[in-house]
Amino acid sequence: MRQVAAGRVKIHARSEIMDIVVVDGHAKGVITRNLLTGQIERHAADAVILATGGYGNTYCLSTNAMGSNVTAAWRAYKRGAAYANPCFVQIHPTCIPVHGEHQSKLTLMSESLRNDGRVWVPKKAGDTRTPAEIPENERDYYLENKYPRFGNLVPRDVASRNAKEQCDNGKGVGKSGLAVYLDLSDAIERSGEAEIVRRYGNLFEMYEKITGEDPLKVPMRIYPAVHYTMGGLWVDYNLMSSVPGLFVLGEANFSDHGANRLGASALMQGLADGYFVIPATIGNYLAEISPGKVDTSHSKFAECEDEVKDKIGRLLAANGKHTVNEFHRKLGQIMWNYCGMARNRAGLEKALYEIPKLREEFWRDVNVPGSGDDLNQSLERAGRVADFMEFAELIVIDALNRNESCGCHLREESQTAENEAKRDDEHFSYVAAWEYKGLNETPSLHKEPLVFENIQLSQRNYK
Amino acid sequence: MATINLKLKVWRQKNHNDNGGFQDYDSGPVSTDMSFLEMLDVLNERLTLAGDEPIAFDHDCREGICGMCGAMVNGYAHGREKSTTLCQLHMRHFKDGETVVIEPFRAKAFGVIKDLIIDRSAFDHIITAGGYISINTGGAPDGNTTAIPQEIAEKALDASACIGCGACVAACPNAAAMLFTGAKISQLALLPQGNPERAKRVKSMMSRMGELGFGNCGNERECEASCPKNISIRNIARLNREFIRAAF
Repeated sequence: MRQVAAGRVKIHARSEIMDIVVVDGHAKGVITRNLLTGQIERHAADAVILATGGYGNTYCLSTNAMGSNVTAAWRAYKRGAAYANPCFVQIHPTCIPVHGEHQSKLTLMSESLRNDGRVWVPKKAGDTRTPAEIPENERDYYLENKYPRFGNLVPRDVASRNAKEQCDNGKGVGKSGLAVYLDLSDAIERSGEAEIVRRYGNLFEMYEKITGEDPLKVPMRIYPAVHYTMGGLWVDYNLMSSVPGLFVLGEANFSDHGANRLGASALMQGLADGYFVIPATIGNYLAEISPGKVDTSHSKFAECEDEVKDKIGRLLAANGKHTVNEFHRKLGQIMWNYCGMARNRAGLEKALYEIPKLREEFWRDVNVPGSGDDLNQSLERAGRVADFMEFAELIVIDALNRNESCGCHLREESQTAENEAKRDDEHFSYVAAWEYKGLNETPSLHKEPLVFENIQLSQRNYK
Repeated sequence: MATINLKLKVWRQKNHNDNGGFQDYDSGPVSTDMSFLEMLDVLNERLTLAGDEPIAFDHDCREGICGMCGAMVNGYAHGREKSTTLCQLHMRHFKDGETVVIEPFRAKAFGVIKDLIIDRSAFDHIITAGGYISINTGGAPDGNTTAIPQEIAEKALDASACIGCGACVAACPNAAAMLFTGAKISQLALLPQGNPERAKRVKSMMSRMGELGFGNCGNERECEASCPKNISIRNIARLNREFIRAAF
């Protein structure tokens, strides 16, 4: 707001980016929709910076905010920016479990709880006793047993996968059976209740509001949920995408987290990209071009605006029998089931068959009430879900291509003898950057080799 | 899990110029595990399929940190539960058959945009008037050379917990923004970095507050009671002290 007061920044609150305008190969502006009036607006610029976050909501349920979406990044991709490693989706182990079909989002409980909490399930499948009724010798502290060196502190992907495995084996707890216990009772005994509350009090409050249970008395129930997306628009070291003049910052780009983000590093990236990198790099680009030659009267703006209006018109005209949310939930189910923590060829191929079918159904049978000329939240959601419907396919294509277990996910065909994730550096030590070739066309893959000079890649082992 | 049915009286208003009014709805069966906003989601799905326009309401993070959501629920900002945003309010706090009245936060400085959505840009204008430090921060070493006692740092952090939801204004009989402004003033006045501009800041923000149509504090303490982030009215006392200090 200091920059606003200084007149250097103008905030367009309640405006949504609808497309990127590319003129002669350079990003020269954006098309936005004013969410209050429905007005489609043109903004010309010498460079465009996207800081539009990740695409976790492709899965419908995630820890992301409800408005978080892929639209800006997806539009940039369709205008020529390469999309890198979209299948790298981090599934966080410590989230509050789903309560029912109308769940709208999932809430993350900080990972720090695993410093003191012990994760367990009943040894016997289908055990419906309350946690207090299950004696110590009938509990399976599966992370401690399986990974004695790391115990409850194994990385996110390992913790998530093992929780899923326990639940798949019928040992999940709670009403849905899709949860494991995170038990703080030993820590309370060791450090005292006051100390544990000092460390995690805010999390306990959040948990109790949602579940109605007090974690100091009853073990918390947790289950993995989609959290962070390491993939994103490809950028160079200057944070510029493959479209000159289009810069991408934060979770929207692919650059910093490899295939498995580590705790707290998203904040680091946000600060580094915005505070240190872009101020030092964008000037170089601006020095190389002749600024100010394009304005909003250029035909490309009109073209883009027409496409945006056409899309809005088609969404409003479909007048079908199903709500946007119904379609989003269905898409989320496909993604979660076939392109989640563990993936295999047959499942991914099924997803590649299901997604275009659902997309076709969406455009034919979606019901978007209201008009395009005022505040219409259904229309906003419909536009975002329409883009998720296209983007989801790219995630799956990338997942199918990467026939190795890498970072955050397990590819079932690529396991060690002990069923742990097995990497394949000989064949997959590259960034997969996808180039758009048209809707319903296979995108083309560009491989950016990963070169490691000072470290040696090796198989992870937490046993 | 139990299921309850509620009678909802929801404020519907097409736009800022429309008069608006209450509309009655049956909630249909609501799981007590659902959040308040999920209850509205389900009602909206039903309205959509019935050809009616769904109820517009602001929301985003749905975990009490973004400050987008908020409505008066039976006369209480964000509902009656303590330290809770509307998205964190869960249906287990309601009784089967209960009538629930839902209306937007009301204040002269917050216009209704549509249904439960209000315009809180007045808060942005207050911050723009001086709720920041006018120089760029240096690197980490600069921070480390300025020792701040833990107790002071905690107070500043507590004040900075404000999410700008507007519940304090909606709950105040005078529609004052004193808690909101006091939180920002306190956060900056408590820290050495805020010191050089403290007089200028408080005068500028206070005068902007008045221009925007917010009222004055009448010591009702409704703001503190409704604040989802437990911002203390001590911050209003500090705001007043800063204001008096700035006059000399």
